[in-house]
Amino acid sequence: MLHIINKSPYDRPALNSALATADGGSILLIEDAVYAAVKGGAEESKLKAAMGKFKIYALASDLEARGMADRVIDGVTVVDYAGFVDLVADHKTCQSWL
Amino acid sequence: MKFSILINEGPYTHEASDTAYQFAKAVLAKGHEIFRIFFYHDGVNNATRLTTPPQDDRNIVKRWSELAQQHNLDLVVCVAAAQRRGIVDEGEMKRNGKDATNIAPGFRISGLGQLIEAGIQSDRLVVFGD
Amino acid sequence: MTTKKFMFVNRKAPYGTIYAWEALEVVLIAAAFEQDVSLAFLDDGVYQLKKGHNTKAIETKAFEKTWGALEDYDITKLYVAKESLDERGLTTDDLAVPVEVLSRAELGKLMEEQDVILSF
Repeated sequence: MLHIINKSPYDRPALNSALATADGGSILLIEDAVYAAVKGGAEESKLKAAMGKFKIYALASDLEARGMADRVIDGVTVVDYAGFVDLVADHKTCQSWL
Repeated sequence: MKFSILINEGPYTHEASDTAYQFAKAVLAKGHEIFRIFFYHDGVNNATRLTTPPQDDRNIVKRWSELAQQHNLDLVVCVAAAQRRGIVDEGEMKRNGKDATNIAPGFRISGLGQLIEAGIQSDRLVVFGD
Repeated sequence: MTTKKFMFVNRKAPYGTIYAWEALEVVLIAAAFEQDVSLAFLDDGVYQLKKGHNTKAIETKAFEKTWGALEDYDITKLYVAKESLDERGLTTDDLAVPVEVLSRAELGKLMEEQDVILSF
C-alpha cells in the first residue's frame, strides 16, 4: 500500500501512527510532512529506522517550497508529481493519513 | 487507469486543493483518465465563483473550472456538505428558498453516492485533506 | 454492480471537528450501495465510539445513536485499535456498540486487504 502523509511529524501524530500500524509498503511525504524527510531533526532517526520496513518518498515541490530540498535524508527518494502518479498507479491501494 | 480524487478542504486555508490540482494535472499528463473529482467537508468551498484572490496569487476556483472545461472533468460537490456551507446552484436555490446561486462553472452538486460510485468504478481513489 | 472492500479510517475525535459525523454520512451511503464496508477506529477516532454523548450544552446534533443503527444497514465490521484504547484509558465497556479490538499491527494487515480506503 502507498501511505500518504501530509503533516509535519513535529505537529501531528499521523506519521507515527502510520509507522506503528502499516504493514510495510511505501510512504510518500507531501505538504508539511516533507519536514520528516530532512537531515538534522529529532525525527531523522525514526525515519531512518523506518527505511528497513518501508520505501520512503518525498514530494520535490513541497521540499523546494519550504527551502528544505538541500538536506534530504539519504535513502529518501525525491519525486515530482509524475512520480506521485506512478506511485499511486503502482500500488493496489493508497491511504491518506489525515 | 481510471483515477478519482476526494478533496476534503477548501481553497487557500489548506494545501489540499493545490496538491490535488497538481496531482490531477499530472494524472492527465500521463495519459490516465480522471473518473471524478469529489469535494466534501469544506472542500465544497472550492466551488464558489465569488472568490477574488489577490492578482499575484493563484486563482484556485478558476483553475478548477478551467481544468474541468479543458478535460471534460466531472467535478462533484456533495449536496449535504454544500447546503451546510452555502454553496448553491439553481436547483438548490429553488429547493431551499435562497435568493442567489454562487456555484462556479464546471462544478455540479450531487449526492454522496457519487463518491461511492467513484470508489467502485475507479482503479485508484486518492484523498487530499487535513 | 462490483463489490469492493471499502474501509473507513477514523482517527479524529468527535465534535471538535465535523469529520467524524460527515464520515458516518458516507458510511451510510456505502451501505446502500451494498459494498463490503469496514470501519477502523484508531488514535482519537476511538473517542467517537464512547457512550454517553450529551451534546445539549454545545448545541450540536449528537450522533451516538447512529452507531446502533449501523447494524440495520448490515454494517457490522467495526475495528478498534487496542493501543489507542489503552493510551486513552478506555475499555470496550466504555463504547456504545460492540466492536472487534485488534492490535495496530493486525489493523495494518486488515488495511492491506482493502480495495478503497477513505479518510476524512
